[in-house]
Amino acid sequence: MLLSFILIPFVTALLLLFIKKNTSANTIAIVSTLGTLVAAIVVAGKGAVDFNAPWIPVLNAQFLLHVDGLAKILVLLTAISFPAIIIATSQNQPKQKNIFLSLLLFTQSGLMGVFLSGDALLFYFFWELALIPVYFLSSIWGGEKRIAVTFKFFIYTFLGSLMMLIGIVFVYMHTSDQSFLIQSFAKANLTGGQQVTAFALFFIAFAIKMPIFPLHTWQPDAYEQSPTAVTMVMSAVMVKMGLYGILRWLLPLFPTAFMAHIHVVVILSVIGILYASFIAIRQDDIKRLIAYSSIAHIGLMNAAIFSHLQIGIQGVMVQLFSHGINVLGLWIVADIIEQQTGTRSMQQMGGLAKKQPTLAILLVGFALANIALPLTNAFVGEFLMFNSLFQYNVWVGAAAGVSIILAAIYTLNMVQKVAYGEVSTQINQMQTINTPAQIVLIVLLIIVFVTGVFPQPLFDLTADSLQQIIVK
Amino acid sequence: MNAIIISAFLGVVMMFASWSIKGENKQKNIALFGLIILILANLAQLNGWYVADIDTKNMLSFTRFGLYTNTLFYCLTFIYIWINGEEISKIGNHVADFYALFFFILCGASILTSFDNLLMLFIGIEILSIPLYILTGSDKKSLFSNEAAIKYFLMGSFSTGVLLLGITFIYGATGSFKLMPPDASIQYEQFMFSGGLILIFAAMNFKVSAAPFHFWTPDVYDGAPTVFTSFMATIAKSAGFIAFINIYLVQYKAFEKTWVIILPLGIVSTLLVGNVTAVFQRSVKRMLTYSSIAQAGFMLFALYGTSNFANEGILLYIVVYSLASIGIFAVLIKMKENSFEAFHGLAKTHPLLAFLTTVFLCSLAGIPITGGFFAKYYMINAVLIAGAGIWLVVVAMIFASISVYYYFKLIQAMYFVPGTPAIGELDKSYTYKLAVIAILILVLGVFPNLLFNYLYF
Repeated sequence: MLLSFILIPFVTALLLLFIKKNTSANTIAIVSTLGTLVAAIVVAGKGAVDFNAPWIPVLNAQFLLHVDGLAKILVLLTAISFPAIIIATSQNQPKQKNIFLSLLLFTQSGLMGVFLSGDALLFYFFWELALIPVYFLSSIWGGEKRIAVTFKFFIYTFLGSLMMLIGIVFVYMHTSDQSFLIQSFAKANLTGGQQVTAFALFFIAFAIKMPIFPLHTWQPDAYEQSPTAVTMVMSAVMVKMGLYGILRWLLPLFPTAFMAHIHVVVILSVIGILYASFIAIRQDDIKRLIAYSSIAHIGLMNAAIFSHLQIGIQGVMVQLFSHGINVLGLWIVADIIEQQTGTRSMQQMGGLAKKQPTLAILLVGFALANIALPLTNAFVGEFLMFNSLFQYNVWVGAAAGVSIILAAIYTLNMVQKVAYGEVSTQINQMQTINTPAQIVLIVLLIIVFVTGVFPQPLFDLTADSLQQIIVK
Repeated sequence: MNAIIISAFLGVVMMFASWSIKGENKQKNIALFGLIILILANLAQLNGWYVADIDTKNMLSFTRFGLYTNTLFYCLTFIYIWINGEEISKIGNHVADFYALFFFILCGASILTSFDNLLMLFIGIEILSIPLYILTGSDKKSLFSNEAAIKYFLMGSFSTGVLLLGITFIYGATGSFKLMPPDASIQYEQFMFSGGLILIFAAMNFKVSAAPFHFWTPDVYDGAPTVFTSFMATIAKSAGFIAFINIYLVQYKAFEKTWVIILPLGIVSTLLVGNVTAVFQRSVKRMLTYSSIAQAGFMLFALYGTSNFANEGILLYIVVYSLASIGIFAVLIKMKENSFEAFHGLAKTHPLLAFLTTVFLCSLAGIPITGGFFAKYYMINAVLIAGAGIWLVVVAMIFASISVYYYFKLIQAMYFVPGTPAIGELDKSYTYKLAVIAILILVLGVFPNLLFNYLYF
């Protein structure tokens, strides 16, 4: 069952390489991702047995896939995001669409592997597998400065993952049974100093991926220059790899080193939150605005993990899912506007509410969720996270709390510029938006409010992981 | 022993073939057939069957590791000739001569995998090197090729001199040419012994083009005809590495304190020179030259100590690196010029070829699902097990990410920059041959153990 999460996208991706016709390629990709979604819902509901096969006997590496609450929630997010992205952007016609979709599905396969693998070497494998297709996607189909920007992104993350590889080998050598399994890693005999070394090596990889200030410089450029479908994948799902890595590998494996570094990381995260929020206020480009807003939100989640309280981590687990959904909604709206008006500058927008009332309502819905207003899904997670930060340290909590106000400023400012005011010439060109995209947005918005009003299922889903992490 | 005798014999056969048998294709097929015989004879020895029972007076010892390495060298040469046969025949008038030289090189390589005596090391190195000087200068009408050959010959002879001096020192200290672990009960002339080992270290560094003895490499590799660069940078160089490892597997313990200073120094400087210089190259061929220096830096990790990881790792590294290099050079041969611009738009006109090149480059860069990843992985593991500082590995990985920069520059040129590639005529079958290499690399990237299964039983 678990293998299907990797195989369905992978096989479809291979198949798509041979299907030249755009419409049929699109249909196949949608059917495949919907299939994965169904599987994800089944697994989230019923759970699934581990998949285990020997992989490299010489190294004692195993092909072990394991699912628990934390993995379930991210698998679910991945499974929802991909069909949403492919359906919502199906009107965009990049050259060689079949290859575009194929690479997207390879990414999905890699992401699923990252979230499911219970073996460190396998984890590393999928970690890279998720990155490489994105490199090609962004470099081929991206914006004007795509090559340099994507290259920067690639080298940054590649360096990070190489450091993680050293960390993996380092811990592997200290395991008693010479195995890459996460259980063996948890039992590895590391002295305090060695734990710090391993912690640092893993943390660099995760910090670059999230990204945490001051390693974030690749992100706004990469988000801006990538084709929107890829940006959606990156910001909705890929950045979660970093947070997932911390929750799954860093915190349980190196608790001593983790506790020794919480202050540094929390402070860096809070600096990042404020820094990104202030920059977001000054942005005119709607894609860059969402990118910086995303850095701020991810920074908050990271700070909450490192405040190391049960409610904080609980909040993060819910927020992992919620942030993905919200940011996806915002990107889709932004993409529709860009596709139809040809501009991303908010100065040239205005009057969307008059011209396209439905789209404007959807935009406002996601914008409210971005500010974490009560009744939206983000409120639940952010409330818990801020609570945890305040318990950790009042001043840190207060500083991070400023970001709520800043988020309100830049998000509402965006809504105001885009939705209200005089109808600008660009907005005036807009035609009716296509039904599939609209349906996707509505479904996402429903998820936003349903999980906002009734978040209990998400808590139940992650309860087992939370227990495990906290017990450590 | 089988392999040494038969490879030398086959070399002579090929020399006669150059005038007795007409037709370049026929000669190529004879060479390939000869290689198959060589592989079979070598495998026979692995199973205890000898062509001739010769008492080597303990100057050679045939270990399973050495014989297995031989097999890998022959297989790589087979692939090399199978792909590049046509290209080789475009150079010079007597193709079979080149095949003869290849067999002599393989004879040298076979000695280098099994020597147990410093004299045999010297003979092996010479048998390997002299044909290489000739191959470098084989393009008689090209000034570059001639210049490179002269340069290589002069510097190579000089380094051989250093090697001999080192051997003499060791003989002076121990009274024996035998390669053995230092005997604690005997009081050696320590200065002479270490001095000899350091001189040998320098000479071997020269042979495998590790910094700071790498200066010949760019000019020689660049000047030599590209087909032969491909051979020199892969199989010939790997043979040097195996010899290097053979010497120091036991000897390094003799001067442990010095060792932990000079080896990291050598590794870091090799990585630095190779990677950083490669970034600035305008010509793909020169970039690959420096990249081969950089890769040598990684292979030096295997010298860090004896462990399964080091032994398996160096074999995997040799195979994967050689396959990828043979592949990428084979693509380069078909280009009309060596600049990056020549590759512009290759993905549009030759999608399969561009994809294969990408696989080769990814493998050189060490990206997962290609064999290069596990090669690097084994090296890291070997070094960490040997107890080296983690700083060394971190530095190496930083250089590895620099290497991504220049390898991916070529990928960018092929995929993302529009243009017309300056590519010559290309047979479909040529691309398919390259696809075989790429498949091998990918298979080793997922199941590296396939290579070692045969090493132990």
